[in-house]
Amino acid sequence: MLGNEALARGLLENGCAMATSYPGTPASEILSSVVLFQQANRYPMHAQWAVNEKVAFEIAYAGCMTGLRTAVSMKQVGLNVASDPFMSAAYMGTKGGFILISADDPGPHSSQTEQDSRMMAMMAKIPVLDPDSPRQAKEMTGLAYALSEAFCIPVMIRPTTRICHSRQDVPLGEMRLLNTIPEFQKDPARWAATPKFRFQLHGELEEKLAGISSWKATAPVRLNSKAKGSKALVVSGVAAAHSREILQDLNLWDRLPLYQVLQPYPLHTDFIHHLLEAYDEILVLEETTGVIEMQLADRHRVFGKMNEKVPRVGELLPEVIEAIVAQFTGGQSAPVEKPAAAGRRPTLCAGCPHRASFFAIKKAAPKGIYTSDIGCYTLGLNLGAVDTVLCMGAAISQAAGFYHAYKNQEKGPPIVATMGDSTFFHAGVPALIDAVVQNVGFVLVILDNRTTAMTGGQPTPATGLGAAGEPLNTVDIESLVKGCGIRYCKTADPYDLQGFTALMKEAVAYSKEKGPAVVISRHACLLDRRQKEDQADRKTVQVSESCDGCAYCITQFECPALVHEEAAEKVRVDRMICSGCGACLQVCPKGAIEEVLR
Amino acid sequence: MNASIRQQIIISGVGGQGVLFVTRLLAEAAMDRGIPVFTSETHGMAQRGGTVLSHLKVGDFSSPLIRPGRADGLLVLKEENLSQHRVFLKSTGWTVVNTASPGPDSDIDNSVDADRFALEMSNPKAVNLIMLGRAVSRVNRFFCTLNDIETVLSRRLAHRTEMLDASLKALRMGHTAP
Repeated sequence: MLGNEALARGLLENGCAMATSYPGTPASEILSSVVLFQQANRYPMHAQWAVNEKVAFEIAYAGCMTGLRTAVSMKQVGLNVASDPFMSAAYMGTKGGFILISADDPGPHSSQTEQDSRMMAMMAKIPVLDPDSPRQAKEMTGLAYALSEAFCIPVMIRPTTRICHSRQDVPLGEMRLLNTIPEFQKDPARWAATPKFRFQLHGELEEKLAGISSWKATAPVRLNSKAKGSKALVVSGVAAAHSREILQDLNLWDRLPLYQVLQPYPLHTDFIHHLLEAYDEILVLEETTGVIEMQLADRHRVFGKMNEKVPRVGELLPEVIEAIVAQFTGGQSAPVEKPAAAGRRPTLCAGCPHRASFFAIKKAAPKGIYTSDIGCYTLGLNLGAVDTVLCMGAAISQAAGFYHAYKNQEKGPPIVATMGDSTFFHAGVPALIDAVVQNVGFVLVILDNRTTAMTGGQPTPATGLGAAGEPLNTVDIESLVKGCGIRYCKTADPYDLQGFTALMKEAVAYSKEKGPAVVISRHACLLDRRQKEDQADRKTVQVSESCDGCAYCITQFECPALVHEEAAEKVRVDRMICSGCGACLQVCPKGAIEEVLR
Repeated sequence: MNASIRQQIIISGVGGQGVLFVTRLLAEAAMDRGIPVFTSETHGMAQRGGTVLSHLKVGDFSSPLIRPGRADGLLVLKEENLSQHRVFLKSTGWTVVNTASPGPDSDIDNSVDADRFALEMSNPKAVNLIMLGRAVSRVNRFFCTLNDIETVLSRRLAHRTEMLDASLKALRMGHTAP
């Protein structure tokens, strides 16, 4: 069972009645697994993808205010979006159990930052649990609900990529709903607290934290009770899983006392005292920031990230841990060998409609500034059609910033922003309203592939389907764009490269004279099985003898199915990966890419 | 017997080749045999054509990752990854590589031109199963058999007969192909 499936299963075995999420690697499979278990067992609950993490958080939080057990899941940068309700919910507390799963991505493998969600828990002053495996992640859902209800406080579970995307055999329990009757008790002094009452709630929150830091069920665990010595190792999360194996391999299991922290914040008070009394030197291994370490306030005896014994950046891979532990215990370990090559960079799929859009954008605004956003289309980098990627929705506001910066120059560059359909709904709409009000001269290209592609094809508000594939209402992108006050809004299929390029030129000209223009580039994602029938017939493409190997198509179009044979000074089509979209037929300036007619 | 089995295998390829699917089949085969199993996968952006790496640990382990120099075997779906991921292999470990031109130290058991056979079967997506079939049937003391994988496939694709037939054919192709 995948770590994310284990988390989902744990929620349903512990009576979760409402689960919400916005997709984001490595958290995406949590909600989709909730839905699969729910359907297979006819488990009556509400599960949904929300338009963004803030909305997801607020829906699930209100659910817990009625006494139900609820949960919201997201990736770590999603919690930035949801941080507003999160900070406030910590003060107001909960009624039914409330779990926030915020999945971190040390590495980072598929994220903008390596931020440690446990720091967010610390900032909000709520407890956080740190699982070491899919199995423990599932167990921690029950623990988190118990903790949440014992202290009326939101509880965070913080898995990392190596937990979410590990697979392990996991024992299953029975799924059961505990409470299905919502009962909201009005209490404005709490649920609508004014600053005066907030002060009081803050005091109560501190009292809760004091209780939680001596709560037995989440106390640190001594893993090797027989080991004796003056040094100790303190671990949490996946570093605990690595360390167990490494201590055995290094024959240290009976010599180096090993403690696993289940709840990195607040760290148990007795544990802090015990460690500092019993050991001369303490090594702490955790991802990604030194959250446990900074609660052990003895800088001379605690070794970790603060005194640079443990790297502050990147994943704590087992080979890194092995070297650190060996050094800490005075042993030797083989030097860590690093893989030589960087590996193949990711690229847009062969046949991806985004590639055609980017090619047309470059043609229409060759000297433009290209702001872009979070999604598969970040990979437009490879085509030189993406200059900036900041965070969800920023393509529009950054385009505005560039426009205002350049507007007093005699000849400012054209500005083209690209953003996916799901990202537009998530955080693009307020930015577009602002651009309309300020009359920002730029073109927004909404790359509408009818799905949230990067994270596995979750529905968007335009899809009209729910998390379980059930029919729902739709919000039409054109109407939304026009509702924001945009006057120029046209839709086209980028597979028609010539027509689409002409449209882009028109939109760029409009934006320079009149203000914001929106082009909706609409073609379904090739990976989306639901939309297979929307795809055009496959074309067979070949490169003719007239190819002179100039590699224009390779550098400018960058389709993985076009392969440059440098020795032969030719380009060829790799049939293993060609999708037959035919967009490249309009790319070669010499017309050497041609269709094979049958 | 199961208590003594401990195998660590790296499966390496690029996004779209089906590395995750192969990993999953092997994990299920281990579970069918009652052996504990741990895998670690690459998701997200890297899946879009980038390097994809799976760690598979069969037996009693607590960490999901394989350290360099500890892998018993390396299953390489894309030859160019070999230089990058060989670092995981221990000195006595095996490799099975998808290649059109086997190097001087390769033999029939550890290399197969899966791209060519997949194209000949008009099923470019079959590379992963051809490679899996090769590894399972030709590597000494592999923790599971070709038959185990067939059982897993038959269960997973029980309602998709056409796909099941194509998959079983690819798997056997890996076993028999020259």
